[in-house]
Amino acid sequence: MSLNLKAGLLSGLLLVVFVGAWHLATLPTGGSKTVDPEYAKLVSAEAAAGQKSAFPTPADVGRKLWEHLSDPFYDRGSNDKGIGIQLAWSIARVLAGFALAALFAIPLGFLIGMSPLLHKALDPFIQVLKPISPLAWMPLALFTLRDSGTSSVFVIFICSTWPMLINTAFGVASVKREWLNVSKTLEVKPLRRALTVILPAAAPTIMTGMRISIGIAWLVIVAAEMLVGGTGIGYFVWNEWNNLSIANILTGILAIGLIGMILDQMLAMLTRAVSYQE
Amino acid sequence: MAFLEIQDLAKRYPTPNGEVATIFEEVNFAVNKGEFVCIIGHSGCGKTTILNVLAGLDTASGGTVVMDRREVAGPSLDRGVVFQGHALMPWLSVMSNIAFAVKSRWPDWNRIQAQTHCQKFIDMVGLTGAEHKKPAQLSGGMKQRVGIARAFAIQPKMLLLDEPFGALDALTRGVIQDELIKICAATHQTIFMITHDVDEALLLADRILLMSNGPRAHIAEIVENTIARPRDRDTIHKDSLYYQIRNHMVDFLVTRSRKFTESDKSGYDPKHPPVFTPGLGTRTPPPKIKSAEVIVFG
Repeated sequence: MSLNLKAGLLSGLLLVVFVGAWHLATLPTGGSKTVDPEYAKLVSAEAAAGQKSAFPTPADVGRKLWEHLSDPFYDRGSNDKGIGIQLAWSIARVLAGFALAALFAIPLGFLIGMSPLLHKALDPFIQVLKPISPLAWMPLALFTLRDSGTSSVFVIFICSTWPMLINTAFGVASVKREWLNVSKTLEVKPLRRALTVILPAAAPTIMTGMRISIGIAWLVIVAAEMLVGGTGIGYFVWNEWNNLSIANILTGILAIGLIGMILDQMLAMLTRAVSYQE
Repeated sequence: MAFLEIQDLAKRYPTPNGEVATIFEEVNFAVNKGEFVCIIGHSGCGKTTILNVLAGLDTASGGTVVMDRREVAGPSLDRGVVFQGHALMPWLSVMSNIAFAVKSRWPDWNRIQAQTHCQKFIDMVGLTGAEHKKPAQLSGGMKQRVGIARAFAIQPKMLLLDEPFGALDALTRGVIQDELIKICAATHQTIFMITHDVDEALLLADRILLMSNGPRAHIAEIVENTIARPRDRDTIHKDSLYYQIRNHMVDFLVTRSRKFTESDKSGYDPKHPPVFTPGLGTRTPPPKIKSAEVIVFG
């Protein structure tokens, strides 16, 4: 039996054990008591009466998931949109902020990596700005940009910038001296050297920075959307909390995890495509 | 005037305690067109620095380098370099590594022209069939061949080889040396090469510069390699001059290189280091050495 097959079987087994435990933990129990009808309306009568946990069973979540997957793009007003639309909003914001950050951070990282002077001059700013929680920028962004959507994109931009900037600068600065010497003895012009020697040499490090960035961006967008509201998967989760629909929250969480994994794997594929073996 | 003239070259570094450390000084030599010159010396005598100055990758603290009547200031396509660690771009195939150099030399060439030219040099170093392999898929010897092909492909006026076979096993080294002999015979390339290997110098060089130990290294002696060409690795040691020249160089490396700095240099003119033709008599007198030891040639 191959290692992959064994690992797959073990993963499957773990999933069955987990779902089984969840199922057992949320089974209805006996006993009853009088309950507040409002509360009963929210979490179902059995749950409110204590006969059943308010936490949904795996089957409840499965049904919800199926409901969402069979109609992901419906739009019934601002507080009731399909999970597909919400995810699309979040992905669009992340990609917009991420792309802006790449356009800004990669060229700047190149300059910092090539110039020890710039590196030393900009380092204090980077060191101070880097540890700031991206959400701390939100009020400032809302005040200056005056738009919650744009502000979320800005927050993504800020949090994606640092890993890309630092990795690009590091990758460019640590290009092997001998490759630069080769291009010098061949009288390669600076632009051609940057594009055909330094860029491919630093590409794996730059891509690693981008992979870290997209991971952080996806973490931050959920929090940012919870804060500003309106649209997006973060808002969806928060909205379902207000509705006390745990099954919907779990569906949202699962979707966040899956999309995050897909984004990460896409960047991992690109990293593999540009990496080289020495 | 010789093709390449080096005058009074020196390299000095300020040391942390405010003094000046001299790696080498008063280095004078010339290389004629089509000549193969090797430089031998112990580690730390500044051989690689001299080569880097010739390549334009490093600057000397004093002295001049003139090639083809022009002073060397910075790197140039006129001087090809084969680096010690092959220095291939690992993300490019063999063909693309060489094409990178060819496109730098002849930017106006189209793809077919460049590719035909590259192929010629890939065939020359015996790498036909490996054109599309990445350096990581090649053995050490094959990588160094790519480095040699890349340097030859730009057809520079002069080639600088920084101990190109140092990292190779003896068998591979022999095979590539043979190929280098063939290429040199065919192209009459002017070559300046660093080596640690006395036998390699005997096989390849027309003249061998012997450097004394650093700090304050000098070119202490110049040996003319009078073994007739064509030379063959398998039979060269049967040449009557072989061991006389070899012993002269080994003696230098074992004792005289170490004693040169404190020896009485009254007969030594750094502008014209003594030239030896072991086995054929001494052309210029050797520097007097303080100790009583007498060096007998031949």
